[in-house]
Amino acid sequence: MQATRVPAKAGVSSSVKAVPSIRAGRRCLVVPNAVKEVFMPALSSTMTEGKIVSWLKSVGDKVKKGEAIVVVESDKADMDVESFSEGILGAIVVQEGERAGVGAPIAFVAENASDLEDAKKKAAAFGVPAAAAAPVAPAAPAASAAPAPAPAPAAAPAAAPAPAPTPVAVAPAPAPVARADGRVVATPYAKQLAKDLKVDLATIAGTGPNGRITAADVEARAAGKAAAPAAPVAAPAQAAAPAPAPAAAKPAAPAAPAKGTTVSELRGTTKPFTTLQAAVARNMNESLKVPEFRVSYSIVTDKLDALYQQLKPKGVTMTALLAKACGVALAKHPLLYAACTPDGNGITYNANINVALAVAMPDGGLITPVLKNADSTDIYQISRNWADLVKRARSKQLQPDEYNSGNFTISNLGMFGVDTFDAILPPGTAAILAVGGSKPTVVATPDGMIGVKKVMNVNITADHRIVYGADAAEFLQTLKSVIENPDQL
Amino acid sequence: MAASMAATQQRLALGAKQATCGPAAWVRPAKTTVSAKRNGAVIPDVILGCVPMLAGSRRVTASRAPQQARSAVLAQAASGDKFDYDLVIIGCGVGGHGAALHAVECGLKVAVIEGHDIGGTCVNRGCVPSKALLAASGRVREMRDKTHLAAMGVQVGAVSFDRQGIASHAKDLATTIQGNLRRSLEALGVDILIGQAKFVGNQRVRYGLPGRVDVGGEVTARDVIIATGSVPFVPPGIPIDGKTVFTSDHALKLEWLPNWIAIIGSGYIGLEFSDVYTALGTEVTFIEAVDNLMPGFDREIARLAQRLLIQGRPIDYHTGVIASKVTPGVPGVKPVVIELTDFKTKEKVDEIEVDACLVATGRAPYTNGLNLGAISAATDRRGFVPVNEKMQVLDTLGNVVPHVYCIGDANGKYMLAHAASAQGISAVENICNRPHVLNHLSIPAACFTHPEVSFVGVTQEKAEEMAKEQGFKLGVSKTSFKGNSKALAEKEGDGMAKMLYRKDTGEILGVHIIGLHAADLIHEASNAIATGQRVQDIKFNVHAHPTLSEVLDELFKGAHLDAPQNGHAASTVPVAAKPQPAVAAA
Repeated sequence: MQATRVPAKAGVSSSVKAVPSIRAGRRCLVVPNAVKEVFMPALSSTMTEGKIVSWLKSVGDKVKKGEAIVVVESDKADMDVESFSEGILGAIVVQEGERAGVGAPIAFVAENASDLEDAKKKAAAFGVPAAAAAPVAPAAPAASAAPAPAPAPAAAPAAAPAPAPTPVAVAPAPAPVARADGRVVATPYAKQLAKDLKVDLATIAGTGPNGRITAADVEARAAGKAAAPAAPVAAPAQAAAPAPAPAAAKPAAPAAPAKGTTVSELRGTTKPFTTLQAAVARNMNESLKVPEFRVSYSIVTDKLDALYQQLKPKGVTMTALLAKACGVALAKHPLLYAACTPDGNGITYNANINVALAVAMPDGGLITPVLKNADSTDIYQISRNWADLVKRARSKQLQPDEYNSGNFTISNLGMFGVDTFDAILPPGTAAILAVGGSKPTVVATPDGMIGVKKVMNVNITADHRIVYGADAAEFLQTLKSVIENPDQL
Repeated sequence: MAASMAATQQRLALGAKQATCGPAAWVRPAKTTVSAKRNGAVIPDVILGCVPMLAGSRRVTASRAPQQARSAVLAQAASGDKFDYDLVIIGCGVGGHGAALHAVECGLKVAVIEGHDIGGTCVNRGCVPSKALLAASGRVREMRDKTHLAAMGVQVGAVSFDRQGIASHAKDLATTIQGNLRRSLEALGVDILIGQAKFVGNQRVRYGLPGRVDVGGEVTARDVIIATGSVPFVPPGIPIDGKTVFTSDHALKLEWLPNWIAIIGSGYIGLEFSDVYTALGTEVTFIEAVDNLMPGFDREIARLAQRLLIQGRPIDYHTGVIASKVTPGVPGVKPVVIELTDFKTKEKVDEIEVDACLVATGRAPYTNGLNLGAISAATDRRGFVPVNEKMQVLDTLGNVVPHVYCIGDANGKYMLAHAASAQGISAVENICNRPHVLNHLSIPAACFTHPEVSFVGVTQEKAEEMAKEQGFKLGVSKTSFKGNSKALAEKEGDGMAKMLYRKDTGEILGVHIIGLHAADLIHEASNAIATGQRVQDIKFNVHAHPTLSEVLDELFKGAHLDAPQNGHAASTVPVAAKPQPAVAAA
């Protein structure tokens, strides 16, 4: 590698100089001049590195002397860079959007077709797969990881209690069954994402119209893929985890009766856990390993209620407002949507604020659909997303990514008239917020009068390994200010 | 006044005639045409004398005084030896409006005949409403670009928009501008006649609306300008349903936002709509028949545009293919299916499914029903009215049809609103016996994407060709927005400008800009070209600092001429750069 830098930049100013490669003891004993390197040129006296804006030629294209082959962005401008040699572009070392130091090889030009292989080898020697080889590497893990650990256990618990034997688990299965004609139809953004995230579109079953692959599908796949190797423990845990807290209090209400099982039938019998119940139980035990603590707070909701009444005709729900409020408040407290690493030695800060909300399933299950990027999505969109998630949750059509990517959970029992309760922290997250009902309460106003305001109690459960008392309190303070001044929603 | 009353009476009389003895109305005009031809161009202008009378109180005499006797046809119309108007303009788009304003300025008595909406395509279904959409969606894009704003220390919450609100803004803007145009004409005393016009003879036009007997009539005029504009061009095989498969006419109403739209054609219209759609969250697939996106643009500019306007946005594209078959869908239920056929081999190569399809394959002249046969002219194969450089209509033999002019999209010379207006002004100048030829190479063009693209004159490819043919040395001066303080203050350093000029004479051949406010920056260059200024003339001009105009300043200063060989080369005004009369678009 050092050899390539030697002939670097003697007198080269604005064009690429492809210098015959000097193979410093590398394995390939080829005809020395058959493959030429293209270097990152120095486009200005102050330039130390450049970014490849775009390759005007692709691998396999013929290149003439003096022909522009690449656009390089320097600190000053973007310039077309011409080739100094003639031949076939054999391999590109530095891809579009990547940077390279001045003088570093960015591509190899083969003198003729027979040297092509050689150019690729040389490129490979730089540790960057040649263009042809590129797709192979990322595709492999994609294919193998996808059906494997992450989705399977995650999906199973949610689906199991359903009478139908083939429930949600179908969704994450990679079989691209959606289209009968076997074509892969992906939207432009989905294609871009797939390229960026190195996901093979052929392994994704699209959820869009006619089996179209949307950006969300690609993200879901990428998330599933990332979770699999990175946190094998966290993945299954998190999926079922959101269940526990509300499971403790809520399911009895609307869920159980829906099954049509009368209480008398159950008297004096013992029933083994369903898969979902087993998963919940497992996670409950798991949660005991986390040192939890709780902080509660009272929040006046008159303004929020007014806003809700105002937006209700536009399809905005209280759930969406709460999620949005939490999202906005969380944006200022990254610790509250972080996670303790599985080994307990560090904090993983999440890139996005994904708020999960518990929803009771008609057949007694419980699932936590996730509103992604709750801070930056607008309230109307959140409402629409939520309606869609709930609808699909009830018909068991959620993708794993749509119920296990949450990094902050809300459990709301306010509609049952609950004043205050505490929730169990889903493993793998930092905090869960238990929201009680909002009730008219006699309060002393700042001006010394007695007034009646609607007050809601919230209670946060947090992982004390990473979130300390003051952190939780500060978050609640922010949340209070957001909810009491809801204009910023 | 008297004339317009006469016109009214005549209109009423004609109404009766149409109702009772329709065919009779056809006979006389035929005679008129024949006699007009027979009489030819040798008869001195008899009409001149009656012009002041016709035009009433306007400052006519002074401006008409220098006129020499000009060839004209004797008026044998109903009004005897008088015409109802000096000038009748068929079509009141931006071209017709510009011509009308200038004609009034020149003291002519003018009427416009409009069959649809005052303002035409530009105001109602084109440039104007699309700017409203671009303004609103551009704001959304800007405010959603958190990294960009954060780089300036600005934080925003979630940005949302109301589709209907944006659509209404576009509609309201069109209505406002339409009203402004109408009032400006009324205030100047231009008569607005409603109906679709049809030639009866060179100087006689009949107009009416289908199925209406209460509107319409027939007018005579000494000169007639055709300014009927254009309609969206839809290639064969593409059924327009107005819901999932539509043209810019429908798209401007922004009735819904599909998740994924295919745009056929990557010219101005397609690009601007891709800008609107992607800003509002719609993904876009371009279908372009030629091998490069943005054909017609300078290649280097197009490449940069591709980086700034296509890559990094949810856009992909198919080039070298045409949409040979489009099957409309149902919004939200059934996708639109588009069959892609290789442009060269004509073989089917692919099929795509999208939610909607915008056909932006250019525009076709709207010249049907003009009855050009009555003036012994015909449109060309594509429907354009053939004209000479003075905008005079040519007949089927290539001879000038007296008294009939055609401007704007209908002649196809340069299909831009401001070009139509400039052509209209040029035509009026010629009508007033002040020979004028518009230099189309001085007409700027702009694409209002974010950032904007603009240019005037020829592309580098064309300039290189010219240099080779004419044997001069081509100079290329380039500069980047990255070096401009104002652009950097906005954190909008993307973009470049380049100027093509003759190294021997300093003549400016073309200027191309892509970057912040490029559309507003181009005029310094287009005015320089229009007035024949050379590089060495303008490089000493001063630009306020810090402004985006300094991009051009740098461009001019970066141009270097070859030292004059024998002292006089540089001071000689090149032939091609001979100052053209500057024409200001209305």
